[in-house]
Amino acid sequence: MIRIFSFSVVGLWVLLALFGFMIGESANQVSLESFLAGPNANYLFGTDELGRSVLQRVVLGAQTSLFVALGVVFFSFLIGTSIGVISGYLGGWTDRIITKIIDVFLAFPGLLLAIALAAVLGPGIENVVLALVTVGWVGYARLARAQTLSIRHREHILAARALAVPMPVTLYKHVLPLILAPLGVEATFGVAGAVISEAGLSFLGLGVQPPDASWGNMIKEGTRYLLVAPHLVLAPGIALMLVVLAVNLLGDQWRDYLDVKTRNTKDN
Amino acid sequence: MINYLLRLLGSVILVSWIVGTMVFFLIHLVPGDPVAVMLGDWASPADEQALREQLGLHQPIMTQYWQYLTGLLKFDLGSSLFFQQPVSELIAERFPMTLQLAVMALLVAVLISFPLGIWAALRAGKWPDHLSMTVSLIGVSIPNFWLGPMLILLFSLTLAWLPVSGAEQPFSWVLPAITLGTALAAILARMLRASLLEVLHEDFIRTAQAKGLPPTVVYGKHALLNALLPVVTILGLQLGTLLGGAVITEVVFDWPGLGQLLVESIQRRDYPVVQGCILIISIAYITINGLTELVYAWIDPRIRVQS
Repeated sequence: MIRIFSFSVVGLWVLLALFGFMIGESANQVSLESFLAGPNANYLFGTDELGRSVLQRVVLGAQTSLFVALGVVFFSFLIGTSIGVISGYLGGWTDRIITKIIDVFLAFPGLLLAIALAAVLGPGIENVVLALVTVGWVGYARLARAQTLSIRHREHILAARALAVPMPVTLYKHVLPLILAPLGVEATFGVAGAVISEAGLSFLGLGVQPPDASWGNMIKEGTRYLLVAPHLVLAPGIALMLVVLAVNLLGDQWRDYLDVKTRNTKDN
Repeated sequence: MINYLLRLLGSVILVSWIVGTMVFFLIHLVPGDPVAVMLGDWASPADEQALREQLGLHQPIMTQYWQYLTGLLKFDLGSSLFFQQPVSELIAERFPMTLQLAVMALLVAVLISFPLGIWAALRAGKWPDHLSMTVSLIGVSIPNFWLGPMLILLFSLTLAWLPVSGAEQPFSWVLPAITLGTALAAILARMLRASLLEVLHEDFIRTAQAKGLPPTVVYGKHALLNALLPVVTILGLQLGTLLGGAVITEVVFDWPGLGQLLVESIQRRDYPVVQGCILIISIAYITINGLTELVYAWIDPRIRVQS
């Protein structure tokens, strides 16, 4: 049941994002004669203060959030995992310096650092990705380092070393496949985090700028008409909550599946 | 213990210095000339030069850095371009409001999460467990910038029970505190459930039950107190996170705290205030985390012994 819910919501999210390419600029078409209309047969989710279809803008918002989430998770994963694996594998001074850098980043409130970076870099979707990657790589680095430390003395890795296999090949072929599963779980939660953070930055006016649609800036604009047109806040908010909930549930299930103890209890 | 304290203090000072350095270089990350960005397109070269001198940006970067660090030691964070007032004064006015909001949110989180977590653990695997864990998962997934407007719509606009925004009226803190505290309540409830379940399988609980102690003593005294250790740590660490998370909540509710000042200053391109706010929230966060470690070491002797 939970699995069906989470897969359907995530599937719908991806579909909507793809569908967004077909809508294109028509979602920004102003039509003042139908402004702030409630949900009706023509406009399923109603219209906003400029008469634009809220449904179309929610679809475009799905595209924005998916793009940011994939970008942030891809680059954070790539950078964090590379740094963490190298740190854990090499040990010594390299490891000590990298661990200190990770500690400093962890000692900083993440959202605040992202706000600070987005503020100085200026608004825009690329800068949101850059700010969130700057904050997000640390989690992957810490996890990849810990996982690498726990397996670096395994026989097959020692054998690769003895056979003088170059370090990048050892890391890519012999270390990475063994530590990928927990990193995948972290990445799933990372998707949920990135979706909320992007919407949060756009809500504060630091992310995606109007007329481009983001669930965050739609909520921000909608709060001005909360009493007369609550659908402006409800539609993007529910979409955002469902996506985050579904992705978190997927992460939870994957983590439980990897945890042998939980799996055995459930099987019994 | 003294060694442990000194190491902790050293680490707090080191990280604060690094954070200070990062905040200093923040203004140099502004694409192009920060002075031109702050003043906009219509400023005359004379105005730009005057502001450059006011901010000390005409000096070599190492001189600027040295003056910034020595200024910090005297709590001199520069002057606001908009308010024409020292940044330290602005922060001193706003910081208590943010701290008040964070503490209230923490209180709300504890009041919601404790009954929820305990109920789930005592009925593990049954419907109360599933219900409270589903509620807490939804709590983690609701962004506070959506929950806030929804609470305003229900409790302020529809039912007219509580004020919409601001901090002047007696119960104006209630909605912001619930908004900020909900996600933490969800995290704490899950944590407390997991921790309690672990403790309930320990031998001393079986012994207590075998002795015929009433359930209130077994669960309340023996189980809950031991399960609280990891929860206390999370609580402390999360107080710091709440200070950061308060930024969005303050904007939603027009709460006159540091977060609102930060966002308004970003919009006004008042970079000295932006730098000051980020620095102070970060140092508060680092200090609270340090204090939490200290409290944890005091509660749990194993940590002191290990260090």
